[in-house]
Amino acid sequence: MKIVVCVKHVPDTTATLEIAPNQKTIETEDLEWVMNPYDEYAVEEAVRLKERFGGEVTVLSLGDEEAENIVLTALAMGADRGIILQPEEPITDPYLIAKVLAGKLSEMEFDIVLFGKRSIDYNNHQVGTMVAELLGIPSVSSVNKLEILDGKVRARREIEGGAAEIVEVEMPVVITAEKDLNQPRYVSFRGLALARRKPIEYEDVEVEGEEGLEIEKLEYPPEKKPGRIVGEGPEAVPLLVKLLREEAKVI
Amino acid sequence: MGGILVFAEQRDGEFRRVAFEAVSEARRLKERIGGPVAALLIGHNVGGLTETLGRYGAEKLYVADHEFLARYSGEAYRNIFLDAIERMKPSMIVVGSTAMGRDLVPRIAAKLGVPAAMEVTEIIVEDGVVRVKRPIQMGKIIATYRLRSEPYIIVIRPNTFPVEELEEPVSPAVEVIDASKHIEGVRDRVVDFVAAEKKMMDLTEAPVIVSGGRGLGGPEPFKMLWELAELLGGTVGASRAAVDAGWISHDHQVGLTGKIVSPNLYIAVGISGQIQHKVGCINSKVIVAINKDPEAPIFEFADYGIVGDLFEVVPRLIEEIKKLKQSKS
Ligand SMILES: Cc1cc2nc3c(=O)[nH]c(=O)nc-3n(C[C@H](O)[C@H](O)[C@H](O)COP(=O)(O)OP(=O)(O)OC[C@H]3O[C@@H](n4cnc5c(N)ncnc54)[C@H](O)[C@@H]3O)c2cc1C
Ligand SMILES: Nc1ncnc2c1ncn2[C@@H]1O[C@H](COP(=O)(O)O)[C@@H](O)[C@H]1O
Repeated sequence: MKIVVCVKHVPDTTATLEIAPNQKTIETEDLEWVMNPYDEYAVEEAVRLKERFGGEVTVLSLGDEEAENIVLTALAMGADRGIILQPEEPITDPYLIAKVLAGKLSEMEFDIVLFGKRSIDYNNHQVGTMVAELLGIPSVSSVNKLEILDGKVRARREIEGGAAEIVEVEMPVVITAEKDLNQPRYVSFRGLALARRKPIEYEDVEVEGEEGLEIEKLEYPPEKKPGRIVGEGPEAVPLLVKLLREEAKVI
Repeated sequence: MGGILVFAEQRDGEFRRVAFEAVSEARRLKERIGGPVAALLIGHNVGGLTETLGRYGAEKLYVADHEFLARYSGEAYRNIFLDAIERMKPSMIVVGSTAMGRDLVPRIAAKLGVPAAMEVTEIIVEDGVVRVKRPIQMGKIIATYRLRSEPYIIVIRPNTFPVEELEEPVSPAVEVIDASKHIEGVRDRVVDFVAAEKKMMDLTEAPVIVSGGRGLGGPEPFKMLWELAELLGGTVGASRAAVDAGWISHDHQVGLTGKIVSPNLYIAVGISGQIQHKVGCINSKVIVAINKDPEAPIFEFADYGIVGDLFEVVPRLIEEIKKLKQSKS
C-alpha cells in the first residue's frame, strides 16, 4: 500500500505568542515548533497501515526549514521518506496550500493520503478535503476509526450529539484525522537519530494565485479579568448561586 | 445575482440552531451586500421545514429532497450546493461550523477556487469590503482577514451570532433542485449510522455545560455532573484527562483537541485549567471553577470560584439549584 501523509509545523501549544510590529505576523524567533497535533494521528495511522499491509509511507510538508524537524519526527515514527516543498514566501491561504499539495500529489502514486483534520495555528480546517476535491478523489474528514475491508476503506466520523457515521469509499482516498484515531507512538532520541539516515527531498515550489484570505491585522483577545473566589467549601454554594442568578444572570 | 446563500443544516427533520444564526446574520448583512437572502435545504421529507426559515428572513429557498439525502454524503451535498450556487450566483455563502458544515464547505470552496474563512466570530461589511474576525493560534490571537475572492465563504462559530425572529415572517419562494442527477456516481456512502446512546445536546450549542476533569477520579462521579447539568438545562463536558482515562467519550471533550464551546455558563469541576483546556471554554459567558487547589490556573480566568472538595461542593450545588427551582415554581 502506498501512503502519503501531509504534516505541518505549528508553534508549541504552550508557547506565548507575540505579534510582530507589522501587526500581521507573529514573532517566530525563539519559538518552539511541533508537529500539528492532529497530524500526529495521521502519521501514526499511516505507519500502522504500512505495518499491516506492507508498502511505503511518504511524508509531505509545505514549509520552511522548520518543517524539517517534524518530517524527521514522522520518519522516526516509521515513515520511509520525506518531501519538503519550499515556497518562496510563506503562505497561509488554505486554498493555495491545497493547490500546491495537490499539484505534488498528482505526480505521485498513492492509495491513501492522510491529513490532520485541522491545523491549530490558523485553524483553517479545510486543506485535506480541498486536496481530495482538487485531485478528484473521494474523502472522509474527521475520522476517528479507520478499517480496510476487501480493498475498501471504512471510516467512522463523529457528528454532533454523540452520533457517528460510518462511510465506505474506494481507494485512492483522502482521510483527515480526528483525535482518538489512535495513540501516536513515542519518539525516542535514538529513533530521531536513526531517522536522519532516511531520505528527505527538498523542492522549490512556485505558488500561483493571490491570497483570497488576507490577514490585515492581528490582535490579542481582550484580557479576561480573573474573577473572584466566592468562598471555600460547600458553605460558599448559596452565595455562588445568588451571584449566578442576580449578578451574572445566567441561571 | 448577488445576495447571500445560507446552508440551512438539518438532520432527521430538525434544524441545527446555527442555521438560524446564519440566516439571522445574513439578514442583518443583506443591505450592505445587496440582493436577497436565500437558504439551501437538503434532506429527505423536508417539505414541512420551509416555513420555519422564513421566520428568520429567508426570502428564497433552494430545496433538494430525496431518500438518498436522508443521510449526509459529502459528494451528493456538494453537487447540490454547487447547483444552487450556479443558479443564484451569491456574493456570500454562510454555513455553520458543524461536522457537516466543515466537511461540505472545503468541497465547494475547492470547486469554486476560493478559500473558506472558518470559525468566524464576526462579519464586517463596509463599503463593499468584507472582513471577518476569527480566533487563530489557539485563541491566543484574534485575526482580522479581508476576503478577496468572491463568493466569500464564511463558516460561523455556533452560539456566537444572535438568532432574531422577524415580527412578520416572510414566506420564502421555493425552487426545487432535482437531486437525482446529483446522486449519480456518488462515491461516499454512509453505510451505517451509529445513534447516540443517549440523545445529547451538542456541546457547541448547549447553553450550560458542566465539565469534569481528572479531579473526579473515575467515571462514577460524572453521574453527579449529569444531574447538575440536567437541572440547569445543559449537558456535560470533560477535560482531556478524563476522556483519555476512559471515563467519558471524546465527543464530550472541551479544548484544543476537543470542542470549542461558548455557553452562557461553564462549570469546571476538578479541572486544573491548562492552556489546551482553556482555549476550549474561554468564550463562555460565565465560567465557574470548583477546585480544591487555590493555585489551580483555572482560577486565573474563571469568573467565580469555589475552593473546595468537589465531592462536597457539587452535591450542595445540586441541592441549592433544586431549592431555587422549587421556589420559582
Ligand atoms: C496537543 C495537546 C492537546 C490537548 N488538548 C486538550 C483538550 O482538548 N482538552 C483538554 O482538557 N486538555 C487537552 N490537553 C491536555 C492538557 O494539557 C491537560 O493535561 C488536561 O487539560 C488536564 O486535565 P485536568 O484538568 O482534568 O487534569 P489535571 O491537570 O490533573 O487537574 C485536575 C484538577 O482537579 C483538582 N482536583 C483533584 N481532586 C479534586 C477534588 N476532590 N475536588 C476538587 N478538585 C479536585 C486538582 O486540584 C487539579 O487542579 C492537550 C494537551 C496537548 C499537549
Ligand atoms: N503547509 C502544509 N504542509 C503540509 N500539510 C499541510 C500544510 N497545511 C495544512 N496541511 C495539512 O492539512 C491539514 C489541515 O490543515 P488546515 O486546513 O490548514 O487546518 C493539516 O492537519 C495537515 O495535514
